[in-house]
Amino acid sequence: MSAPRANLLLVEDDPQIQRFLATALAAHSYVLEIASTGHEGLQLAATRQPDILIVDLGLPDMSGLDVIRRAREWYVRPILVLSARDKETDKVAALDLGADDYLTKPFGIGELLARLRVAERHLSERSTTSDGARIEIGGLAIDLAAHRVQRNGADIHLTPIEYQLLTTLARHRGKVMTHRQLLREVWGSAHVESPQYLRIYMRALRRKIEADPARPQLLLTEVGVGYRLVDEALPPASG
Amino acid sequence: MTPIDPPPRPDPDQLLARIQRDESRARRGRLKIFFGATAGVGKSYAMLEAARRQRDDGVDVVVGYVELHGRPETEALLQGLEILPPMRLEHRGIALTEFDLDAALARKPQLLVVDELAHSNHPGARHPKRWQDIEELVAGGIDVYTTVNVQHLESLHDVVAQITGVDVRETVPDRVFAGADEVELVDLPPDELLERLAEGKVYVSEKARHAAANFFRKGNLIALRQLALRATADRVDAAMREYRERHAISATWAANERVLVCVGPDPLSTRLVRSASRMANALHAPWLAAYVETPKLVRLPQVARDRILQTLRLAEELGAETANLSGESVAATLIEFARRRNVSRIIVGKPLRSRWRDRFGESLVDELIRQSGAIDIYVISGEPGQESPTPPRRPSRNSRWPAYLKALGVVALATAISSQMSGRFELTNVVMVYLLATVLAAARFGRGPSAMAAVLSVGLFDFLFVPPKYSFAVSDTQYAITFGVMLTTALLISHLAALGKRQASVARQRERRAAELYALSRELARRRSIDELSKFLVRHVLASIDGEAAVLLPDADGKIQDPTHFCDRGSERASESLVRYPVPGNDLGIAQWAYDHRKKAGLGTDTLASASAIYLPLNALKRCIGVLGLRPTDPRQMQIPEQMHLVEALVNQAAVAMERVQLADAAQEANVEIESERLRNVLLSTISHDFRTPLATIIGSASTLRDSAAGTLDADQRRALLDSLLHEAERMNRLIGNLLDLTRLSEGRIELRRDWIAIDELAGAVLARLRTTLAQHPVSLAVPDDLPLVRGDEVLIEQVLSNLLENAARYTPPGTRIEISASAASDALEVAVRDHGPGLAPGEEVRVFDKFHQTRPESAQSGFGLGLAICKAIVDAHGGTIIAHNAQGGGAEFRFSLPLRTTEPASA
Repeated sequence: MSAPRANLLLVEDDPQIQRFLATALAAHSYVLEIASTGHEGLQLAATRQPDILIVDLGLPDMSGLDVIRRAREWYVRPILVLSARDKETDKVAALDLGADDYLTKPFGIGELLARLRVAERHLSERSTTSDGARIEIGGLAIDLAAHRVQRNGADIHLTPIEYQLLTTLARHRGKVMTHRQLLREVWGSAHVESPQYLRIYMRALRRKIEADPARPQLLLTEVGVGYRLVDEALPPASG
Repeated sequence: MTPIDPPPRPDPDQLLARIQRDESRARRGRLKIFFGATAGVGKSYAMLEAARRQRDDGVDVVVGYVELHGRPETEALLQGLEILPPMRLEHRGIALTEFDLDAALARKPQLLVVDELAHSNHPGARHPKRWQDIEELVAGGIDVYTTVNVQHLESLHDVVAQITGVDVRETVPDRVFAGADEVELVDLPPDELLERLAEGKVYVSEKARHAAANFFRKGNLIALRQLALRATADRVDAAMREYRERHAISATWAANERVLVCVGPDPLSTRLVRSASRMANALHAPWLAAYVETPKLVRLPQVARDRILQTLRLAEELGAETANLSGESVAATLIEFARRRNVSRIIVGKPLRSRWRDRFGESLVDELIRQSGAIDIYVISGEPGQESPTPPRRPSRNSRWPAYLKALGVVALATAISSQMSGRFELTNVVMVYLLATVLAAARFGRGPSAMAAVLSVGLFDFLFVPPKYSFAVSDTQYAITFGVMLTTALLISHLAALGKRQASVARQRERRAAELYALSRELARRRSIDELSKFLVRHVLASIDGEAAVLLPDADGKIQDPTHFCDRGSERASESLVRYPVPGNDLGIAQWAYDHRKKAGLGTDTLASASAIYLPLNALKRCIGVLGLRPTDPRQMQIPEQMHLVEALVNQAAVAMERVQLADAAQEANVEIESERLRNVLLSTISHDFRTPLATIIGSASTLRDSAAGTLDADQRRALLDSLLHEAERMNRLIGNLLDLTRLSEGRIELRRDWIAIDELAGAVLARLRTTLAQHPVSLAVPDDLPLVRGDEVLIEQVLSNLLENAARYTPPGTRIEISASAASDALEVAVRDHGPGLAPGEEVRVFDKFHQTRPESAQSGFGLGLAICKAIVDAHGGTIIAHNAQGGGAEFRFSLPLRTTEPASA
């Protein structure tokens, strides 16, 4: 990925975090705008049309969730959420409202950069409209056109639901999918309150695609939030 | 005279009693009695004069109640004294005035003047007698001046009645008089008194005018004056003796006297009791009143039994200790009791019975004198009683027919055996069979059947076996002896058997009571709450007395509460009807009084006796716990001393048990307080230690990086500083996270977001997240992939797993293995984290889960010791269990289980 990078808009009220991110992101040649309130953020997002929106959930004037809800009415590019540690419900709510990923405070700059890279990639895929007929992750190859999945060159047999689960995750690879999102996409909106199906199919899917299903390397669990299929742009997990 | 010599030096018990008396005196008010021989000697006048002198000395004096009887000199003395307005009562439509006790207690002057100690209060006042009002005033710390005439002293009542022929009904217990701090005799020679009477200066009520002429005779006045002087002299003597004792002048110490009076069913007994009281008072000796229940007396009619109980109560009022004895012989039982209690004198009544017994058997007095040894026996003569003791009612015969039939059967059997023996054995042997039958009948079937058996046996023997056979003609007079012996034997044995039975039944009854008390105290010790104890007490009290009972407890302000409040909370719904009865509003006041004064009140007591229930304070060692209200269906039950003693014993034991529970609760609260205080302290010190350590590194590293001139640090050094900065910041982040979790968990604010979770999945996620922490430790995972899903909060269970793993990593040397395993039982899913480190020290197995517990305090890898406490809180919240122990082959193992619900989701 080359020199002129994406325009970012950070909606965050804490001056220390503003300063730290401004310094760090500038060093990685991102262009950063900063808004200290939700209203200011929405206004800047509308006028500047940033490539990626970074929203802190705890804002002084309005809830970060409201910022996401209102931005999503017209803003289609990636949204990244910053949240406190013990707010799993907020994270899930933000993702369900259309945020693409989240970061838990405190976080290292490496984690932020990895997520930005995933967002940038989705941005470019969206613009090229290439549906990516073939997706390769680790030793896993998914041929969407042929409905074929191979691991280390060998075909693996998936049930229709397993296949759909895998391709849904693969389309959003690198991003967290909440339980609700997965259930809606795979089973339909009638089953969003039945996460136990998801657990059992996920277990079955791991048995087929992971080398060691007990220590998954591809299909990661985001505890309390959902699942994520790894992306080479993103390290498997935070340390 | 007495088996015990006077002690050569002050008896410690007596010294102690005196010190206690002094102490209670210091807190109590002082009682001064102006004492006179009759009305009209000028007691009120002298009292008011003394009160004025006190007032002039600056004492706060209030006149509570004075009878003026329209005497101007007395009235003049009242000028300038504060007078308490009397209480107005209405009784059957008549307005009455009465001394207002509550107003006096509320006003609380230093000195209160209340006339007429012996006055009987009108119905509606708190106490039936004024002397009780005054006792309460004195107990309340108020000095009291009062007046009384000699004829009102309880123990002199009979004597005065004998002298004057006037029966005085208003009496004052001698102990009030004896307990007064000061008695001033107001004396007027009879001639002067008669003069005053003639001048109309002595008040005599209209009603009493015709009696007065008889009463105020010179002879009477002289006798009364003598009595008054003697009573005063006795008191002076007592004061002198106390002075001597106090100064250890032991030479003239009285011998250790103790008086015992024997009470019986005859009306003369009250006289005996009064005499004993006088004698004991004169000797300054303690005294006892005993009633011996012989098998014969068990069958006394109810009236006679009631009279005995009344007599015993009188004795108790006069200061005696009472005892109910039971035994075969009155004399023997009495002497045995007297020896046991070191009694020196026994008082008995002169027998009024016919001479018959005196001739043929020993009278009680004779027996006593014969057996008494060193104990003196005093025989008091009695006037012929108005009613002679009713003869014991014969027990009903209806129920005894089976006994007669059985006796008949035995005789028939004897006849059958004898007919077989007849001819082969001598007649003397044949008669032995009949004798045996008679003895058997006597031993088993009582007097009547045995007598019948004896007569029948003799008759049959005579008729069937004695020649001439089949006739009652007796050829040989020697069979008359046989007849006599058999009849006597039958009667004697049946009598003995009956005696034995009755004694056994008396003994059984006593044993039952003792057993009841013993069982009770053991039961009480097992109860753990006031609530339980209250119900228990009520149940047991109602087991011995028919009626209703309730335990009334005070609120925080010491106000007695209606028991229904308390009962409604009870879990034992079934027993509620026992506990509950509507307490009338007035009764709450009585209960309050009983609670405040720690004395019984209500029915059958000295205080508010007109109530329908008695209120017994639950007096424990240090305080009063509450009040037991008891409304018997038959109030007479309360007059049986044994019953009341049992109830009081129950109440006392329950009170002590309740106090124990209260103290235990208080101790528990204090413990909790101490524990939370300790936690606060530990928290503060840990925060200051555990936070400052990483902060020191962070501040140090950051300032070094900022301040060092360019080039002084090479790239590696900068890198090292930055690494430690990051590392310490992460450590602080962990600490804060733990602290927050625990706070939320322990405040119960955490709300479980239950969901179906897969432990294998969670374990994988945790291992990925803790990759760096666990880098030094190989981790093995033994989790079956068909493990059932379990309901739980995913985030929190992940926290448990990760805390256990972090803990294992922190406390074991690098390179040692950590094993995670999971398995499903029928009703729970079990997860274990086992390490191969040094293991837990003995006793650590439970304490590791304590907040702020750390195996190695101040260790470099400090971490608050919160992790395991959090695990426990989380697992507990899930209804699971967590334990720690040392595994076989070394290392510690932590094992938690989560309950599996039956509704496992089916695969879709």
